Amino acid sequence: MAISRRAFIQRSLIGGATLSAFGFDVGPIVAQSRTLKIARTSETRSTCPYCSVSCGVIIHTLGDKAKNAVPQVVHVEGDPDHPINRGTLCPKGASLEQDILNERRLLKPQVRRPGSDHWEDIGWDQTLDEIGRWVKRTRDATFVEKDARGRTVNRCEGIAWTGGCTDTNEFNYLVVKTMRSLGVCYLENQARV
Amino acid sequence: MATGILQVKAISGHAGAPPGRGVQREEEVCKYIDVTTCIGCKACEVACVEWNDMPFQQTTFDNTYQTMPSTAWNYWNLIKFNEYQKDDGSLMWLMRKDQCMHCEDPGCLRACPADGAIVQYTNGIVDFQQENCIGCQYCVSGCPFDIPKFNGTTKKVYKCTLCSDRVGQGLEPACIKSCPTGCLKFGTKTDMRALADKRAQQLREHSGFPNAGVYDPPSVNGTHVIYVLHDITHPERYGGLPANPQIPVTYTLWKRVAKPIGLLMALFAAPVAFFHYITEGPKEAQPPSPGFGEPRPPEGERPQ
Repeated sequence: MAISRRAFIQRSLIGGATLSAFGFDVGPIVAQSRTLKIARTSETRSTCPYCSVSCGVIIHTLGDKAKNAVPQVVHVEGDPDHPINRGTLCPKGASLEQDILNERRLLKPQVRRPGSDHWEDIGWDQTLDEIGRWVKRTRDATFVEKDARGRTVNRCEGIAWTGGCTDTNEFNYLVVKTMRSLGVCYLENQARV
Repeated sequence: MATGILQVKAISGHAGAPPGRGVQREEEVCKYIDVTTCIGCKACEVACVEWNDMPFQQTTFDNTYQTMPSTAWNYWNLIKFNEYQKDDGSLMWLMRKDQCMHCEDPGCLRACPADGAIVQYTNGIVDFQQENCIGCQYCVSGCPFDIPKFNGTTKKVYKCTLCSDRVGQGLEPACIKSCPTGCLKFGTKTDMRALADKRAQQLREHSGFPNAGVYDPPSVNGTHVIYVLHDITHPERYGGLPANPQIPVTYTLWKRVAKPIGLLMALFAAPVAFFHYITEGPKEAQPPSPGFGEPRPPEGERPQ
């Protein structure tokens, strides 16, 4: 088959264009990366509420604290500047976000009556009234004015107080003042803050 | 600690290296896992679930401290527990953090046919891009460590990203940060390898583990997650860690032999068909053989 010079050039050009169109170079591929979910969060330093080690944590809150924005906690992780844990956390501490983002979190007072097998909701007013009444009743029943040797002791042995690790100095000062005024001797907490 | 922008090094379903490589210094990152100082507290598991916002599912108790039998599409990091009885009858608790090993030669990436569903960054991280995943699950069978896991609802495969979002911004992975005993460390591959070699030597010479060593399998050109084991000669005791992880040979044959040949054939078929058309012209209908049927009646006279 004889082809002319013109036809050869035409066919070469068409073939070359076809190859370019169906070529295999996809061009530069940019680096893809997932977005960092704490890139623009507000960081709040806090203390893990679980055990007495009192690890420092950073609470990451979405939003720039603008007036119309409602903040939302999105992440909690260890505080690398905290001398106790230097950024690490235990499995309970690592799950702290779930303390806030949890549909099973307890948000209202509940009571389980003696002998009952379930928790029932009660209002805050009723809660405080009942606690006050029980404290009074227990103190009246168990208050000891004088011990076996006749010394004045004025102690209430029927009540004990336990505190948590996030209780601050100021809070514990109030606890001691209040409890000692009732005569409570059994005071304990694990606060190291 | 190695940081820097994530630059793509290899892409699944795509031949050759991406353009623009080799113009920057490329530090490789690595996770160091010292199983001898792991206490099995699972802080890394929780930190992983929390950082990646994965929905948690209820687990069942099956006579082990292990959270679940194997990693899941929404549980990328699992401590595998094994109570191993030594020759003298005493017990030894082996705990290994199981997650993606981020192989230098990833079987998942070699098996994946979807362009860009699996990428390997120059720092060694192998990352799945779910928007390009076609759900074929070839990566599941291509992985020597049984890591990629399929989600039947979204029809996509998921696995540990080595927190590429955090590492790309100069942060350490979530699991590494949480570890309270310091048995997990993160840094460049060179630094972590040196640290691991030193720790293994310490175990051999001072702690009574003559077979202690570093797990960095050469059969996948090394991994970006390395272990210090009490006994490097029996890695399978640590929750089934393969002694010699191998990518299935079928994927090598397919991707390295069959696929280039097929592409070449496709490449040649198109111009051959084109030039055949130019030189020979379109295929003409053959004239009907004499005596074969009657000629078709005109359009208006056909029976309805």
